[in-house]
Amino acid sequence: MSTTIRDTVDADAPQFYCTEEPHPENGTLLGFWIYLMSDCFIFASLFACYAVLGTRYAEGPSPREVFDLPMLAVNTALLLLSSVTFGFAMLAMAKDRRGATLAWLAVAGVCAAGFVGLEVREFAHMIAAGAGPDRSAFLSSFFTLVGTHGLHVTVGILWLATLMVQVARHGLDETNRRRLSCLSMFWHFLDLIWVGVFSFVYLVGVLR
Amino acid sequence: MTPHRSAFLHFLLGRLTLSAIPYDNPIIVWTFVVVAALGAALLATITYHRLWGHLWREWFTSIDHKRIGIMYLVLAIVMLLRGFADAVMMRTQQAIAFGGDLGYLPPHHYDQIFTAHGSIMIFFVAMPLIVGLMNYVMPMQIGARDVAFPFLNNFSFWMTVAGAVLFMLSLFIGDFARTGWLGYPPVSELRQSPGVGVDYYIWGLQIAGVGTLLSGINMVVTILKMRAPGMTLMRMPVFTWAALCSNALIVAAFPILTAALALLALDRYVGTHFFTSSLGGNVMMYINLIWIWGHPEVYILILPMFGVYSEVVATFSGKRLFGYSSMVYATVAIMILSYLVWLHHFFTMGSGADVNSFFALTTMIISIPTGVKIFNWLFTMYRGRVRYDVPMLWTIGFLFTFTIGGMTGVMLSVAPADFMLHNSLFVVAHFHNVIIGGVVFGAFAAINYWFPKAFGFRLDPFWGKVSFWFWLIGFWVAFTPLYVLGLMGVTRRLSHFTDPRLQIWFQIAAVGSVLIFLGILAFLVQVYVSIRRRDALRDATGDPWNGRTLEWSTSSPPPAYNFAFTPLVHDRDAWTDMKRRGFVRPASGFQPIHLPKNTGAGVVLGALSLFCGFGLVWHIWWLAGAAFVGIIAVAIGNSFDTHRDRHVPAEEVDRVEREYRRRLAAQASAP
Amino acid sequence: MRSKFLRNLLAAPLALSLSGCHLVLLHSAGAVAARQSDLMIASVFLMLLIIVPVLIAIAVIAWRYRASANPPDYDPDWEHSSTLEFVVWAAPLMIIVALGAMTWIGTHQLDPYRPVDHADYPNSVAPNVKPLRIEVVSLEWKWLFLYPDYGIATVNQVAAPVGVPIQFHLTAATMMDSFFVPAIAGQIYTMPGMQTVLHAVVDRPGSYRGFSANFSGSGFTDMRFRFLGMSAGDFARWVAGVKAHGGTLDRAAYLRLAVPSRAEPIHDYAIVSPDLYSRILDRCIEPGTTCMSRTMARDAVRQRRPREP
Repeated sequence: MSTTIRDTVDADAPQFYCTEEPHPENGTLLGFWIYLMSDCFIFASLFACYAVLGTRYAEGPSPREVFDLPMLAVNTALLLLSSVTFGFAMLAMAKDRRGATLAWLAVAGVCAAGFVGLEVREFAHMIAAGAGPDRSAFLSSFFTLVGTHGLHVTVGILWLATLMVQVARHGLDETNRRRLSCLSMFWHFLDLIWVGVFSFVYLVGVLR
Repeated sequence: MTPHRSAFLHFLLGRLTLSAIPYDNPIIVWTFVVVAALGAALLATITYHRLWGHLWREWFTSIDHKRIGIMYLVLAIVMLLRGFADAVMMRTQQAIAFGGDLGYLPPHHYDQIFTAHGSIMIFFVAMPLIVGLMNYVMPMQIGARDVAFPFLNNFSFWMTVAGAVLFMLSLFIGDFARTGWLGYPPVSELRQSPGVGVDYYIWGLQIAGVGTLLSGINMVVTILKMRAPGMTLMRMPVFTWAALCSNALIVAAFPILTAALALLALDRYVGTHFFTSSLGGNVMMYINLIWIWGHPEVYILILPMFGVYSEVVATFSGKRLFGYSSMVYATVAIMILSYLVWLHHFFTMGSGADVNSFFALTTMIISIPTGVKIFNWLFTMYRGRVRYDVPMLWTIGFLFTFTIGGMTGVMLSVAPADFMLHNSLFVVAHFHNVIIGGVVFGAFAAINYWFPKAFGFRLDPFWGKVSFWFWLIGFWVAFTPLYVLGLMGVTRRLSHFTDPRLQIWFQIAAVGSVLIFLGILAFLVQVYVSIRRRDALRDATGDPWNGRTLEWSTSSPPPAYNFAFTPLVHDRDAWTDMKRRGFVRPASGFQPIHLPKNTGAGVVLGALSLFCGFGLVWHIWWLAGAAFVGIIAVAIGNSFDTHRDRHVPAEEVDRVEREYRRRLAAQASAP
Repeated sequence: MRSKFLRNLLAAPLALSLSGCHLVLLHSAGAVAARQSDLMIASVFLMLLIIVPVLIAIAVIAWRYRASANPPDYDPDWEHSSTLEFVVWAAPLMIIVALGAMTWIGTHQLDPYRPVDHADYPNSVAPNVKPLRIEVVSLEWKWLFLYPDYGIATVNQVAAPVGVPIQFHLTAATMMDSFFVPAIAGQIYTMPGMQTVLHAVVDRPGSYRGFSANFSGSGFTDMRFRFLGMSAGDFARWVAGVKAHGGTLDRAAYLRLAVPSRAEPIHDYAIVSPDLYSRILDRCIEPGTTCMSRTMARDAVRQRRPREP
């Protein structure tokens, strides 16, 4: 009968339960990473739509006519800066320096807010010039892809503000460290998506 | 619609007017009367027995995976009744609407019914069934106390409920989509469907989709991080493996559904041109996207049921599962392949022979691992000692039914044959053959199998058998005619026929649907009878079937903490191993157990999502906006709640365990 | 694959047991449909090679190893056999290899874009027959057929001479439908702004059922048409008849026809604007709209245009 017993800790006195409560590793970071991968699929779908529809101007404006590259440079710089400063915040967190963490977070948040502000301004200009999302399939997919990214950044800012309050109130305790690590992943993920948007939408659109 | 509504009324109610209430349609009025009467009776009973507080504290706000699992199953059964009512209406209409008789359902009503039937059965019956089962069983199978994110679990459930409620509201306020269950444009675009139907469909699915996605993430993390010591991946029960693959598919597929529906919503609300036929849009993009989700969805539903059958076959054959590794590799292979077949749902798009051949072959290749599974169940029974309790009956019924459904599926994957059979009743028969034969039979097997674990007494076997035979025979009576009709070249979704030769087949199918109805009724009777006879059906051991996996090692119903001590796993069939090698239930050394506290935040967020969805459907922008802000505020506020834990004191654990040991001893000494 | 034997083998017992029902998919009147149903039946037979033994094995094993029989060879730990494992993977694999090869070849041979000619269908098509071109437009909720070679058009009825390859060019006005005459050939989608092609041939004179096989809204149920297979002489007379009494189909008449309607009666047009079909396909049938091809050409030019200084 015991032929099936594959490996036994101790064949004479098998132990079938843990006398001390085991503490499984916290799964939040893994879970959040999986969430980001699923978010990746949303962006993948939107990129795919842009790949299909991105050249259908329907005699409306083409990328070259609506994209403002100098402003895009500022915009991208702001987002990258925000990513770098968020990195500094995480370094400060690792050194357990609450003040510095909060300060860097604030800088990252302001940069990101600047990014969103510029993007809203770009959208407003385009819509005012008759190049809104209902003008052509190209513009539909452009607004949706870029807008979804912008929406994510906005949510990130809201989250960042919440976490700043929490860090200020409770300090860099374990929960807040975990939450900041999640937000950090989110933040850099959005940066990565933006690199895709920047090269695939803006650069290809203008240089094609 | 009144053309001269005041601006204020328009702001207040959007496009909602009194004429949105279909009080002139007797069918809906009577449905409403019956639903309202039953609802009122239910509410009165709860109030009379003063159960509101209990329900709220112990169930609605519960973050216990077992209670959430049970609530999912209750939701699925309630929605099954709605979805099945739609099915009966369709069968009746098609059985009588011949020649001069147009039946009792005009197209605009009939089209809503088949749309509602399909989407409700998939999203609010099959999905809650599998999510509920995985919720209930999987954490116990891996020896965990709960899922990785208990609050998220509760939240996911209430989002699913909110989606279901939005679907149900469309019955009495406004109408539902008339597009078919996948909402293909151009039918679902604003030009063809200007009403609220498609919007109900979109927002109902989006809200429920959030719940499904989060629950998928939750389960994947639970399985990867929370297994008991000693349970390596290749020692996980097959049901848990299936749950892992199914949830991995959820995580990777549902975002695509979300994206596709969001783009459709933008077309309808913002006037974009994704799927329009003007200004550059492309209809086929929606159809590709929706099936890139849709085909994995089929396997999201069936994989957990494959897991159920594996557990049931091994248990009732009194034998280890044959070919465990084959089973696992087959499951993983199906998971990966399910992503490479979506185009077989539209071979007739005209995409050329090379593309069609590729997708035909990938589809056929999936049948190999599926065939392997059938063989492995068969060889598990071989040299076994098979007990034909109700779960095993469902499994045998499944083996016969599903094998034939699989064969017709491979027929459909032969692209030129699909040119003949696409969109015919043959296809309808095929997917009911695999979904009823696979998912529904699996759900009943699972409910009969794990019910004693959940409630401490068995389901009545007599009524279980009655239900099984009605379902099995009813299924074949209802769907064999549809196979035949498909070969006669009859298309699905028709509300009226001219060829009188077809009528007899539809009448037979209608009889089949009556038999299935009796099967459902027998199941409800089974539950009722079992509750009445619960003392006779009582199981004191917690292990009524001589089970093999860890969930049977604890009492029935299990305590909130599942296991007094976390199990240490040495073998695949961990509980069989423990029983064989003389596991002695510990009587001392109990420690306080840490558990999360209940919270009402999930209910509140679900309710706010419902308001938000309702506002979006009816263009009541203030409501949608306020509810959305509310969702954000509650979510942020909830993150400030740091007192989320409670401890079950060691004395409490000791008391519960002592009581369990006493019952075990009483059972053992009983004749 | 082409043998009628296989078809009859399955059809005969079915026809006996289902007396009175007409399994049109197994009794086609067109060579393309015949081969499609041959392929379907061949695939069933191939699969039955494994399905039948499995079904029998389920019954036998379920009965033999029932607990009440107390099977003597009960072995609770028997869980592995390399031979059996090999067989359970190899057996379905071999069936699928055979079926896959058959499907690959069949899918290419029966590709709707592949012309029907004498080489492929020697029994149905004589050598060097000039194909008949028919343009099909699915409207809400009726079918418009245009014969560019004859300058005529019909609604909800289409005729073709026996033994002449037919080239259907298909598009849709607004909705997505599926053009299907089960007796003649498998179906294909019609989509607005896009064109699909279907090649077929009718073998026997007769009147066959055609319809939309893809749900397209409330009038979909009544979206039926007749497909008439005729001898060459009858077809010539039919064309002459349409020319004699049909009306005129110009852009204005088309726009009137395009208004959604249910169960539209059959009617004919003797005079058809020559660019009508191409304008429907190009989505510039309504006055004042720009043709899609023109828009796309302009867009393409603007994509490539070098940057202005």
